[in-house]
Amino acid sequence: MSQNILVVAEVRGGAVKRPSLEAVAAATKLAAKNGGKVIALAVGSGLDAACATLATSGAHQVVAAESAALAQFSGDGFARVVAEQVKANGCGAVLMAHTAMGKDLLPRVAALLDTGLVSDVVALDFADGTYTARKPVFAGKAFVQVRATRNPFVATLRPNNFEPTTGAAAPVAKVAANAGDLLSVVKEIVAAASDKVPLQEAKVVVAGGRGLKEPQHFKLIEDLAAAFGPGVAAVGASRAVVDAGWRPHGEQVGQTGKVVSPPLYFAIGISGAIQHLAGMRTARTIVAINKDPEAPIFKVADYGIVGDAFEVVPALTEAIRQAVAAR
Amino acid sequence: MDIVVCVKRVPTSDTAVKIAADGTSFDPAGVQYELNAYDEFAIEQALQIKEKLGTGSVTVVTLGPKDAQKELRDALARGADKAVLLVTDKWVFDSWSAGTALANWIKTVPCNLVLCGRQAIDADNNQMPPRLAAMLGFGCVTEVSKLDLVDGVFTAERDIEGAREVVTCRTPAVISCQKGLNAPRYANLKGIMAAKKKPLDEVPAAMPDAAMAIVSMSLPAPRAAGKIVGNGADAVPALVAALRNEAKVL
Repeated sequence: MSQNILVVAEVRGGAVKRPSLEAVAAATKLAAKNGGKVIALAVGSGLDAACATLATSGAHQVVAAESAALAQFSGDGFARVVAEQVKANGCGAVLMAHTAMGKDLLPRVAALLDTGLVSDVVALDFADGTYTARKPVFAGKAFVQVRATRNPFVATLRPNNFEPTTGAAAPVAKVAANAGDLLSVVKEIVAAASDKVPLQEAKVVVAGGRGLKEPQHFKLIEDLAAAFGPGVAAVGASRAVVDAGWRPHGEQVGQTGKVVSPPLYFAIGISGAIQHLAGMRTARTIVAINKDPEAPIFKVADYGIVGDAFEVVPALTEAIRQAVAAR
Repeated sequence: MDIVVCVKRVPTSDTAVKIAADGTSFDPAGVQYELNAYDEFAIEQALQIKEKLGTGSVTVVTLGPKDAQKELRDALARGADKAVLLVTDKWVFDSWSAGTALANWIKTVPCNLVLCGRQAIDADNNQMPPRLAAMLGFGCVTEVSKLDLVDGVFTAERDIEGAREVVTCRTPAVISCQKGLNAPRYANLKGIMAAKKKPLDEVPAAMPDAAMAIVSMSLPAPRAAGKIVGNGADAVPALVAALRNEAKVL
């Protein structure tokens, strides 16, 4: 079995998403161990700019599988093309970023290749002819180290976990992709409001919980987030307030919501249930504001203020506003 | 429409995970179980589709231990017609072997729609719905939070990074359900009584060896305890100073 590694790039609006470049970089480290080549694959149409980026990402070869019918993402259509390229290039591994597209596409590819898939991988290795990977389970309350027993090895990699790299310009090959009969197709992509930072990409997350007492009091949370300036902070919420209908599920942090690891996380009026901690315990710095000094959130917080959110948060918002203005 | 809903019995989300003595699994001692939270949205969606069409069937299937009868009875009490338990004593972790067992079983029953929760919150593998779709030759949309069915074609909406996707998908299909898709109903007394008479079949799971073997399972390093910088609004200057000078995040 060849040791070549195929990395499926995510192309949106003609550009390669950063997590795909991280996946290429992770692949080059494996290739250095097993002597294989890294092949970066872009699928769709209008791929020239994306291929130019991929060519200097450390990959040994770039393949553009082009089809006008695949201009928009189709899970089944893309999977067929990727599986064909895995076979055509004799690949022993297939990698992609663990994004909305990666989570939709790579399991289909793995099924077509009749093999396993390890998802949300945070560390990868190749030794003695076998791939191993580390991934979180129970939303990060634990980790498993797994060993692949079937070929090829297929994995999705956690974004913001591997550093992208650069390399000498690799050749770009264009092939015609056979779109086939498409079962599902993306019809429209509606961009979110431009001033909203995606929760998992925000540098600061300000999260509120039941301690805020009423949904309208989330204004305090929104004001604190806004104090960091445009495009910096996102609002998060505990499961309790999402289940109560105060906030949309997209803002939920925890085991049945999103797992975030921003440089700075504020937990305000959140007691710190186990399932919430699972979603934010890897934040670099955690600040907790809670009026109960015994709240479990203080056990994981780097800095805590015991006090009433209605009193502390407005003062903090003003102080952050001044600190940001003084920069 | 004949609908199959795939569900999983998982440790409750407030479980403090401990590692088993063999170092490759979680310690089941004292662990409470529940229906995987996302599967509630899949069950509800199946019931709503059947109610809207006024015809069809809802079959709930799981791959798990005999104790998973409890979660299946709950699904029957909510309104599913039939339940099947593919029995295995192993922790269902590897999606290739589990998917093989599930897809092979689904192929034996009438089915033109498979509904799943977005992911099981124990293994967090996040791959069963599209994997099943490929094995069954079905279309698929994942992490759906809005779903319409018109003339056998689904229009689904889902969140992607910083945007929302509108996806069309022909039937037969696999749809993975995200929180927010609907408001799950709970079983009432009438439903619970009716569920006792509904069929719940047990079949040994035909699950091949795993494609991903767990070498070890471990807990993340605990966070060092932090400090309380003070009480009330008076503590704000000390907090901001610490964030700027110590943590260097401002």
